[in-house]
Amino acid sequence: MTADRRADRAALLVAPAAAVMVLLFIYPFLHGLVLSFRPAAGGALASYATFFTNRSLWPTIFTTLRLALPATIANVAFALPVAYHMRRRSRYQKVVITILVIPMTLGTVLIAEGMLTYLGPKGWLSQTLQLLHLASGPVRLTHNYTGVLLSLIVSGFPFVFLLMLSYVSGIDPVLGQAAATLGATPWRQFRYIYLPLLLPGLAMAFCLAFVQAFSVFPSAVLLGAPAGPTRVISIAAYEAAFEQFDDSLASCVAMIMGAVQLIVVSAVLGLRRALYRGPVTGGKR
Amino acid sequence: MRRAFRALLAGLATFFVVNVLFLVGAVAVSSVATRWLGTWLPDGATTRWYRDAWHEFQLGSVLTVTAEVVLAVVALSIVLGVPAAYALARRDFRGKRLVLLVFLLPLMVPPITYGVPLATVMYKVGLAGTLGGVILANLIPALPFVILVMTPFIEQIDPNLEAAARVFGADTRRVLLHVVIPQLGPGVLAASLLVLVRTIAMFELTFLTAGPDSQTLVVALYYAVFAAGVRAPQSIDAMAMVYMAVTLVWLLIALTFVDPTQLVSRVRR
Repeated sequence: MTADRRADRAALLVAPAAAVMVLLFIYPFLHGLVLSFRPAAGGALASYATFFTNRSLWPTIFTTLRLALPATIANVAFALPVAYHMRRRSRYQKVVITILVIPMTLGTVLIAEGMLTYLGPKGWLSQTLQLLHLASGPVRLTHNYTGVLLSLIVSGFPFVFLLMLSYVSGIDPVLGQAAATLGATPWRQFRYIYLPLLLPGLAMAFCLAFVQAFSVFPSAVLLGAPAGPTRVISIAAYEAAFEQFDDSLASCVAMIMGAVQLIVVSAVLGLRRALYRGPVTGGKR
Repeated sequence: MRRAFRALLAGLATFFVVNVLFLVGAVAVSSVATRWLGTWLPDGATTRWYRDAWHEFQLGSVLTVTAEVVLAVVALSIVLGVPAAYALARRDFRGKRLVLLVFLLPLMVPPITYGVPLATVMYKVGLAGTLGGVILANLIPALPFVILVMTPFIEQIDPNLEAAARVFGADTRRVLLHVVIPQLGPGVLAASLLVLVRTIAMFELTFLTAGPDSQTLVVALYYAVFAAGVRAPQSIDAMAMVYMAVTLVWLLIALTFVDPTQLVSRVRR
């Protein structure tokens, strides 16, 4: 009895943090959900009707997906092999990790500013390409779709790489060595030992990277063409809240954003379940 | 075949790093340039943009606000998060899965999604635009992050030590104070540094809740670039370099204390 009470009291340590999250996260979220059904004028669904009929609002879903999905796929596809090759502890492991992680410190705004200078029509890259006769005129890589995509890759890669690295190095190397003893080639070791065990981590990294890419905001404004090809959904939410002061519409856009995000995350997690049914922490320790 | 693949990977990684270097280099060169219009290098070098940035952008007060926000977020998320992580690592209780979901959700949802409703609530209660509002908003991703990092760390601390303390008659308070907390040091240090780096770089939430007096460095930088044309680009670049220096120093400190390969899982070596 006393042991039970003691256990319960220790479990109470979770209460303050949980209360803070309810107050700061759950309550505003529910408030936003209710608010999205209470437009200033019209019926309960008026804000949603506005969103799905306005040509400057609903296409932002696909504009954002068109940026976030390729950026996330590229980052995961690049980070996985690099992290896999870095899995063994070596003298240069830490140096390479540090160098690859540095873009994390730049922040979206510095990346945007740097790209405007370096990749702009008069930047070093454009000048070099013209000097080498690889391009006839100034190369335009900023203020368009490409600029935003590149900035998402630069800012997103270090994060995906760190996550993948910690997942890869969490797999017991003995498993790969056992497979090698039985004659498995490096490719077969990766394909049949590491990849199945990595799938949960791969799915997690994809989801977390997608969250970051999907809420792209500063680079879409500074580096893209926020009126057209890179008018992402965050811009729509921001404008509704702080330029039109339509709280209901802003909350509605935020809710739709969350819904799209959840659809993608559950699709990825569902795909993982379809591919692999073993334990999530398999092969560790 | 294998060698070709390795070369391709190394090539891609080098290409990535070289371009990032040039990207930073362009900003660095521009920040000390007198005049730089479409040539390879600027006409001359000067340090006046750093002085300009200091005065024009009130960089001093922006840095003070940034330090206040970051320190408060780190302190609050550790004080609230570590006990919660302890409970999650050591105890099973009803509703544990629900609690875990509440902590995981803010990391799986884009900040703008909850930032916009949060900002409307904050405007209603008068917290928006204040330093307190910015701190609370930044706590939303920081607190779950601390819990996520600390839970596996606490799990790998031997529970026998706590059991032994209990055998000798220590109550929960004494077990925590004399047995658990002294062992938490390295984990708390790692979690604080990671939260610190993340909070310095957190743009969306600060942007949505900050007022003119409660902007952190990232947000001030965004407004400076957004209003480009009003100010000399070199001055903005100087500010961007200050921002990079601040985060770089902290990230390097963090990397000396945190082994990035051990963040998610621990393997015996």
